[in-house]
Amino acid sequence: MVPTLSGSTIETPRSLRAPHRRARRANILGALPRRISLGHLARRGLALALSLLAWHLAASSRLDLGLVTFRNVPTPAAAAQAAWALLHAPALPLHLGSSLVRVLSGFLAALGVGVALGLAIGRSQLARDLLLPPLEVLRPIPAVAWIPLAILMFPSSEMSMAFITFTGALFPILLNTVHGVESVHPRLMAAGRSLGAGDAAILREVILPGAAPSIVTGAAIGMGTAWFCLVTAEMISGQYGIGYFTWESYTLQNYDDIVVGMLLIGLLGMGSSLIVRWLGALATPWIGAGVQR
Amino acid sequence: MSAGTAPAGPHAGNEGRAAGHVSVRDGAIRLGRGEAAFDVVEDIDLDISGRQFVCILGPSGCGKSTLLGAVAGHLALSRGSVSLDGSAIAGPHPDRGIVFQQHTLFPWLSVIDNVAFGLKMKGIGRRERLERVRVLLAQVGLSDFSERYPAELSGGMQQRVEIARALINQPRVLLMDEPFGALDAQTRLTMQELLLDIWTQHQTTILFVTHDIDEALFLADRLIVMTPRPGRILDDIPLAFGRPRERGLITHPRFTAVKQRCLTLLQSAPGGVPLARLSPIGV
Repeated sequence: MVPTLSGSTIETPRSLRAPHRRARRANILGALPRRISLGHLARRGLALALSLLAWHLAASSRLDLGLVTFRNVPTPAAAAQAAWALLHAPALPLHLGSSLVRVLSGFLAALGVGVALGLAIGRSQLARDLLLPPLEVLRPIPAVAWIPLAILMFPSSEMSMAFITFTGALFPILLNTVHGVESVHPRLMAAGRSLGAGDAAILREVILPGAAPSIVTGAAIGMGTAWFCLVTAEMISGQYGIGYFTWESYTLQNYDDIVVGMLLIGLLGMGSSLIVRWLGALATPWIGAGVQR
Repeated sequence: MSAGTAPAGPHAGNEGRAAGHVSVRDGAIRLGRGEAAFDVVEDIDLDISGRQFVCILGPSGCGKSTLLGAVAGHLALSRGSVSLDGSAIAGPHPDRGIVFQQHTLFPWLSVIDNVAFGLKMKGIGRRERLERVRVLLAQVGLSDFSERYPAELSGGMQQRVEIARALINQPRVLLMDEPFGALDAQTRLTMQELLLDIWTQHQTTILFVTHDIDEALFLADRLIVMTPRPGRILDDIPLAFGRPRERGLITHPRFTAVKQRCLTLLQSAPGGVPLARLSPIGV
């Protein structure tokens, strides 16, 4: 209880009586699913194991369902063997490194451009009228359709590939930023103005932090879609990259390696999305504050 | 605990501050566009002398919050003029602090950074900011909660932060839009007493909007009673109860007599169906 000037005391909400300030810090992993009990964990592990089993049965029995056939699909064991071989291949670090650089540079460019455009579109009707129509036309264009132009527009194939991952990451980030800006209540802006904030300060101190949670969501989705476009991007590549490895395995009819490449992209995409969410949770520590856990 | 003796208090330097005289001349406010536009308030003539505590009382939708929004500078008059110490009001300014009913604390800032926001806007360095905020937080009884986020505070504590955040700018007038309307009865009484203490120390003009007669009579030097559709001033009642105000006042015969008069006024008020609740930043 806190004494005040008038000698009375402040009401202390129940949730504050035993301060668990550390809870906030400890829950920076809040972006990861909270409070997963052992039961849930076991269930999720079981789901993965069952999927593997189904894959194994379908592939080893060369299951033919008419519409879809598993005759040429490698078994999990064959894929594991190929993965083991790749793990010991000297080219693996080069594959991983090239892909990471391409995805990361495309993603970071999309983050910068997406947030800047999103702030402009969310704040100004003029920017919305000028920018949204062309962007809406560009949005449905698949990454693979960009390949020829990307090759023509950029001096190096590295930049072309980064650009293709950029097109994948841009729209989720852009649209979520617009949504975040629109969700900032006018009352907060009015309060800011009454406290002496001008236009620039309102943007920097009110709109940007207010939109931050949406931007984090957009960035996490964007990171996923950047990986999504990697195989497409690395069709241009001459030598290295996980996507290139996957595509090359297809052209060489090396089916075991295709599956390894696919799974590797899936894992890397999932992992980097989690890292983005984790960084986002660090940047928005107020999210979840005050919620009883 | 009184900061009245602390020379570095947030109100140090009040001596050179202009008085906080609010004046509205023939004021009218229209909201909405085209066909849907309507007069929210009209024929408002009001003079509030410096350091007075004035309550504007009226039923929901009588335009009292809208009038407050015009003094804050968030809404423009469609006719007439509004000024503070002789200068016309053209937009929001930290000289006219405002506290809303619904929370407007920045959820991403801790209590101390919320209160320091105005000082940051003035370009004051972080160390001095925090020093001045600490004095004010002690006055509103929140010293132990300075690192919390707003979502971790109760409604009453959040309103304390709102008041401190407006006061850090040493406003000439503090505008309050039903600030305690969402609080439970007990917390509301505590907050009323706290506000009177703070007002005594900071010596600012307070323009306080409420639809609670007891609250208005308990707090104010002067009561402006408004009637809805369009909002007009119905009566202007000086309240001569002594200060400091005691809680027992609300059962005093003189208090109940004025309250009876207000009730009669509000019941007999002309005007049609009241508008939905308006806000100081428009519909």
